[in-house]
Amino acid sequence: MSTLESAQLQQSAVPSVETDAGTATVPLRHSALVRITHWITTICFLALLVTGAEIVVSHPRFYWGETGTVLTEPWLKIPIPSSRRLVPSGYGYVLPDQNGWSRALHFQSAWVLVLVGLLYLVAGFLNGHFRKDLLPRRDDLSWRSVVGVITRHVRLKPPTEKAAWSYNVLQRLTYVVVIFVLFPLMIWTGLALSPAFDSAVPATVNLLGGRQSARTLHFLLSVALVIFVLVHIALVWRAGFVSRVRAMITGKAIPRKEGL
Amino acid sequence: MSKISRRKMIVTGLGATVGVAGLGVAARLARKYGLVPPDDGGIYGPGETLTYASMRLLTRHSMAREFSRSQISQRPLANEIAPFGEEFKRHMAARFVDWRLVVDGMVDKPASFSVDQLKTYPSHTQITETVCEEGWSYVAEWNGVQLSHILNLVGAHPQAKYVFYFSIEPDWWDSVDMADAMHPQTFITYGMNGDNLPVGYGGPLRLKVPRQLGYKSVKFVNRLIVSDDAKKFGKGLGSISPEQGYAWYAGI
Repeated sequence: MSTLESAQLQQSAVPSVETDAGTATVPLRHSALVRITHWITTICFLALLVTGAEIVVSHPRFYWGETGTVLTEPWLKIPIPSSRRLVPSGYGYVLPDQNGWSRALHFQSAWVLVLVGLLYLVAGFLNGHFRKDLLPRRDDLSWRSVVGVITRHVRLKPPTEKAAWSYNVLQRLTYVVVIFVLFPLMIWTGLALSPAFDSAVPATVNLLGGRQSARTLHFLLSVALVIFVLVHIALVWRAGFVSRVRAMITGKAIPRKEGL
Repeated sequence: MSKISRRKMIVTGLGATVGVAGLGVAARLARKYGLVPPDDGGIYGPGETLTYASMRLLTRHSMAREFSRSQISQRPLANEIAPFGEEFKRHMAARFVDWRLVVDGMVDKPASFSVDQLKTYPSHTQITETVCEEGWSYVAEWNGVQLSHILNLVGAHPQAKYVFYFSIEPDWWDSVDMADAMHPQTFITYGMNGDNLPVGYGGPLRLKVPRQLGYKSVKFVNRLIVSDDAKKFGKGLGSISPEQGYAWYAGI
């Protein structure tokens, strides 16, 4: 019981459900809103990633500045075959064009992601999710504390019981960067690629240094998000894949039984 | 347990009812104010409609970015096109003297214009970026005559909703709504970078819509039809693009 009690004390503001016994309560690891938005975001992210990669195949070259074509020296050339004959890919064949449905699915997923993201943001500010669960605690924001967490990770030490039930300072910083920096930048650079939106708000693209810079940044940000997702999955795996995924689906987790 | 689930059920039910009713009202309003694209069906219909409706509300009068002369691309790019048909080759051999732009449909005075005739109307010049859906782009100076000028000359009917435009080459046609058709930057180009519009870029006439992706700017245009019904053309999706999997509205 002591584990449960300490967990409850620490997470007293977290919504809880009644257990079958009806008396004792187990805190929810994740609120319903976090769980639903997490999985919708997961589906949208996958769709955006696959279709985005597909669109890149039609022009796997990146430039800085306003303009760039196959006649321009690229800053980055991805060594893959292309779905367009004009692209000098170095391969002797041209892939079939899949841009039609890829674009449609890309934008539809983006719409869902943005709307769900807004819901998550508004709720997260109102119910204190960001303040309680994601913003690093002031006393944790010291080099010693950060270095301590990194040392534990590097030594592959399992988290303490307290840490396993909450997010450590590194996790919090990472989530804050992903939610408040990477995703907004992703949306911004994506909008900058819309000629109509640029006509309404030219600063969208001008502040980024031009259309091709916006496209290159959109690509680099997607790489950063993919790295985040890979590390995220690896750490969930390390912490106990089944129990953590179950917690993100049902909201319930029993700290003592976790495979740490 | 039962208390929570009952309350949850009521809240969820109410939420769903309000949501569905709200969507119904929104759909009706959107249709009334012309915010639904012709290709609003299918699984990607909701996304296309959201994009078109938002952009129509946001960009009715906004202007595509224009650039300075120093920003004109040294090496523009003529995208690949299908081999020319016999009819186009004949016109090309005759230097397009017999090329005609036929304008009819919902207009008071159907008309047909030669390229030289179009050049006698007030000329419109703009330095804008051509943006391909694949990702590449270049800046060039274009000149021609505003589509709105032609539509006023022939007396397009006020109840018209779309202007359809056709290439001389088969299976190449598109349309814009009246907001884009009357927009000052939508124009019929006959010149590029101080010269006649080269064939590779759509010469002798190309309809340019700089606030949308390049594929919206059809090359070798020889016919305009003013209409109030997208259903009458092709499969009724507004252009050939949706029939090939691409969106009708290409402003993104």
